[in-house]
Amino acid sequence: MTLQGWILIVAFTGILLALTKPVGLWLFALYEGRRTPLHAVLGPVETGFYKLAGIDPNAEQSWRRYAVHMVNFNFALLLFTYAVLRLQGVLPGNPQGLAGVGEHLSFNTAISFTANTNWQSYGGESTMSNLSQMLGLTIHNFLSAATGIALAFALFRGFARRSAATIGNFWADATRITLYLLLPICVALTIFYIASGVPQTLGGVVDVSTLEGAKQSILLGPVASQEAIKMLGTNGGGFFNANSAHPFENPTALTNLVQMLSIFLIGFGLTWCFGKAVGNTRQGWAILSAMLILFLVGVTITYWQEAAGNPILHELGVSGGNMEGKEVRFGIAASALFSIVTTAASCGAVNAMHDSFTALGGMIPLFNMQLGEVVVGGVGAGIYGFLLFAILAVFVAGLMVGRTPEYVGKKIEAKEVKLAVLAIAVLPLIILGFTSLSSVAEAGLAGPLNKGPHGFSEILYAFTSAVANNGSAFAGLTANTPWYNALLGVAMWLGRFFIIVPMLAIAGSLAAKKYTPESAGSFPTTGGLWVGLLVGIILILGGLTFLPSLALGPIADHLAMIRGQLF
Amino acid sequence: MGNDFTSSLRPAIVMTILFAILLGILYPLAMTGIGQAIFPSQANGSLVRDQRGTVIGSTVVGQAFTSDRYFQTRPSAAGKGYDGLASSGSNLGPTAQALVDRVKPDVEKRHAEGATGVLPADLVTASGSGLDPDLSPEAAFAQVARIAHIRGMPDVQVRALVSTHVDHPLLGFLGEDRVNVLALNQALDRAGTRRRQ
Repeated sequence: MTLQGWILIVAFTGILLALTKPVGLWLFALYEGRRTPLHAVLGPVETGFYKLAGIDPNAEQSWRRYAVHMVNFNFALLLFTYAVLRLQGVLPGNPQGLAGVGEHLSFNTAISFTANTNWQSYGGESTMSNLSQMLGLTIHNFLSAATGIALAFALFRGFARRSAATIGNFWADATRITLYLLLPICVALTIFYIASGVPQTLGGVVDVSTLEGAKQSILLGPVASQEAIKMLGTNGGGFFNANSAHPFENPTALTNLVQMLSIFLIGFGLTWCFGKAVGNTRQGWAILSAMLILFLVGVTITYWQEAAGNPILHELGVSGGNMEGKEVRFGIAASALFSIVTTAASCGAVNAMHDSFTALGGMIPLFNMQLGEVVVGGVGAGIYGFLLFAILAVFVAGLMVGRTPEYVGKKIEAKEVKLAVLAIAVLPLIILGFTSLSSVAEAGLAGPLNKGPHGFSEILYAFTSAVANNGSAFAGLTANTPWYNALLGVAMWLGRFFIIVPMLAIAGSLAAKKYTPESAGSFPTTGGLWVGLLVGIILILGGLTFLPSLALGPIADHLAMIRGQLF
Repeated sequence: MGNDFTSSLRPAIVMTILFAILLGILYPLAMTGIGQAIFPSQANGSLVRDQRGTVIGSTVVGQAFTSDRYFQTRPSAAGKGYDGLASSGSNLGPTAQALVDRVKPDVEKRHAEGATGVLPADLVTASGSGLDPDLSPEAAFAQVARIAHIRGMPDVQVRALVSTHVDHPLLGFLGEDRVNVLALNQALDRAGTRRRQ
């Protein structure tokens, strides 16, 4: 580890902390439905959309109605993308002349992008035309992100409203977030990326005669416009197979920093927005503190392991940290930091190949996802996932002191706790179930590239990534098979919507409750004790559930690595 | 519930179409227009051309250098090596036999051609993209003896050439010391030409 590396990590965190309140204020304006300066330009677009679609943005919705409209919109988007991918061969915007995408791959990809996962069973450059990238995939990057943030707003209203029957209007939330938050930032980011060397063209392949006289084909396309929302919306689906390790997606150390910042930007702002919505910004800072503790511990372990390197290669006369799967322009520190940011948030973009990380260095990204993507988390999904843990934490605290638990002015009762447990239990159930199945079935065992415990890690990582809606991979796994495309598709869908629906039910139930003012007997949910309790609950739930599987994969792999055993 | 469902159909379908037009067509096309107008070189891949106008590479994307006359690029898992249509890392884990089988002969080869001591990690490891345009300065210096010998240039001259091509981290902490291999090899060719004149 170097001083320079730590300066990067500190600067990264500092910039985000400085941006937390400004972004939170902007989000809060959208949460409240207030007019922003951007309404002057984009206001007519918003009202035009409502008019054409027959939407009354002021019509409040019950949690059920909110849920049904949200799911059906996402399902319509899914069908749309499925159609675009299947018809790719006959649609324009296809300079490489690629054929239509196959059935099970289209199924997997359409779910993947709808569920804000962006798991990619394919290599972008050899599978997707420019039109598919733009029309089929980029729109999901916006709208799955907008859906996530809208859902977070709905849950915030559950906490903030008193004796209310409704939690907002899904269409108004999703449209405003897209138009006044995501789109303007993406326009600025796209221009910055292009200036830094990210291509933005409708052209296709360029033929190169290299200095040695060989032929090289380079693929160009509308990369920058997709790159911007890919990071900001914590989607992570790359234009190219190598994702943000590809020099065209992420050409410089500065673009790398901006990409990492944009993954966390909205997640940080949402913690502040939550505090503001419930009338006490310290509630938001408390949540952010717990997230930051988990994040910085993760960064430290992975950075330390990657900088220490692989003793098996040291034995062969190779010096220093682990550079297999890493780019020279990023080096060890920025690659380790990126891997933790992308898995702490549910982004899943990678600037280095996680599969080639050291055993423990690669375990932390895996563990981050197993914790439920609540360390900052995906846009919206992170904070609502985190609030489910907060409900469990006040419940545990309530058990200890023998009082009905309260959180930000709402009594937490049996119904909310049951729903929170239901939402949280989905994650380990599918991850461990599908991983076990794939570890014994022939079609599952055909997947891993690496042998030994690392091969098991590849399978475990894939299902963890899918259910947690991350999308990064131990990419040695050959996942473009009917077995994995189908199982991972199902896992992504359940991992997204089987958390959302119980969560919205909690929002509805909370909104209907009266306000319970804080009393001397209330457990304080702002100080250090609370932050410690949150961190503890998250680690114990994640640790107890997944430790056995980690022992079979990365931990066994680590023991083999330090003994020099090969597979 | 039934009412919730039917009331959602029109907005779901119409909003899908409207957003597809806005985000899937207008946004990327507008960005393409702006990019092509303001930054035409970068928007089209930062291509490098020779005097006759032939495209010889991109300043951003790496290309294969396997000849002993040039600074060689890192091992690549993109297709058969530096395939611009198949970017990829090796995805080999830390305990993979295949990783050792690849690294070991590379280390021996570098030692045979004059590199001494432990080798810089990037010289014998595959990058994440398979299209890494850079080498660490150490990985370039490790090749100086071979290139100086083959080209009949003094060691110090080749070393100096590498030194002048090192890019340093932005603001002292963003990125690593690195050498763009294409730019370095172009400079190498020019230096050779000058010497012959």
